[in-house]
Amino acid sequence: MTPDPNSRPRLAPGCRLGENNNQRVLLMPERALRLNGPSLEIVERCDGKHTVGQIVADLQKIYSKAASEKVEQDILGYLALLHDQRALDFDL
Amino acid sequence: MTFTLPNPLALIAELTHRCPLHCVYCSNPLEMQSRANELPTEVWSRVFKEAAEAGVLQADFTGGEPLARTDIVDLIRAARAAGLYVNLITSGLPMDEAKLAALVEAGLDHIQLSFQGTRENTANEISGTKSHAHKLRVLEWVKRHRIALTLNFVIHRRNIDQLEEMVGLAESSSATRIEFANVQYYGWAFANRENLLPTRQQVNDSVEVIKREQERLQGKIRIEFVVPDYYAKYPKPCMGGWGRKLLLITPSGDALPCHAAQVIPGLLFENVKDRSLREIWEHSAAFQKFRGEDWMQEPCRTCDRREQDFGGCRCQALLLAGDASATDPVCSLSPLRPKIDVILNEMSTAPPGQVVLKSAWLYRPNPL
Repeated sequence: MTPDPNSRPRLAPGCRLGENNNQRVLLMPERALRLNGPSLEIVERCDGKHTVGQIVADLQKIYSKAASEKVEQDILGYLALLHDQRALDFDL
Repeated sequence: MTFTLPNPLALIAELTHRCPLHCVYCSNPLEMQSRANELPTEVWSRVFKEAAEAGVLQADFTGGEPLARTDIVDLIRAARAAGLYVNLITSGLPMDEAKLAALVEAGLDHIQLSFQGTRENTANEISGTKSHAHKLRVLEWVKRHRIALTLNFVIHRRNIDQLEEMVGLAESSSATRIEFANVQYYGWAFANRENLLPTRQQVNDSVEVIKREQERLQGKIRIEFVVPDYYAKYPKPCMGGWGRKLLLITPSGDALPCHAAQVIPGLLFENVKDRSLREIWEHSAAFQKFRGEDWMQEPCRTCDRREQDFGGCRCQALLLAGDASATDPVCSLSPLRPKIDVILNEMSTAPPGQVVLKSAWLYRPNPL
């Protein structure tokens, strides 16, 4: 799937941000993902309030040295991956 | 090659061996712990704290039936307070709606509800209890309380042809995940192996069904499939490698590298009443025994796959090869693989729908 830029991603039931020994993690049923840098910036914004478009714009600002198209593609890819893992739902 | 010790990621907390079900493939050991030997709330609470400090992210509350513990709400609260993600693996039998609400309020993250099938008569036969109808009620409560849900089906010869019905049950529930776990043959399941092993045709058909359903439900329900390793070409990386990712605490506090480790003779298990979890993880002789590669025999020792599957399962090596250090005999590279093929050929000549007399099952009893 390709996330709709106007949709608002939020963590799916049973998924939440956690922390262990100063490492932020995305906790999910039977699995966990370590979050660093951009992945953390993205997941922190999956709160049902930010739209996909806003997340892209925010990260393009934070990572302004990177090509903005590349940042957008990476974010869309990452959101789709989390969706396939059932870690994200998208509200319209 | 030197072995760098990783942190444990998950703690399997076998809170009790007591259970209202008597499943013929139960993963509990043949010799179960009595209620009198169970760890008290305070010790579990300390273990959760020590686990989080050692790097553990998730606690799997299991049993027996974890809800048989009268302090289950306090245990969930303690594990959450320690910073762990709390997963409850339950039959749902001792659940009512008020109990569920209390578990959710205490911070439970996720429920894994076990089903023995989708058809009342076979499900009840496998569990040795009238249990199926109540589980369906639990599904409704879980939906109402919006708690994350996985449906777990243990798969064997008698229900492997019903995977689509099981997916249907999950679709009618609020589950976002299905776990199809083929029976692994240790303990009770090993004793009932003749009646549980599917045929090759059944396994091949089931793989096709799974592929199709995974595709159809992508983004809606995540379907995990644990292969029946007797039919695999290579062994499973059991527990993600011995003492690499997981540790299991028995109801009485023994720390094990896996569910079945007590079948291996000569292993000495430390108890959480005597030592901290980190000490046990780092120094327990039982955990050290099969870490790294020095213990491996041929063909594992020089095999390219040794860092992928770690030689397979040590308990299976013991059960089938009589030597816990041997290559897991389900591996096609094992010199003992023909032994498995003989067993499978016998299975495939019997009709899959064959009626098994109830007296043929060895049911697990309930400890005192």
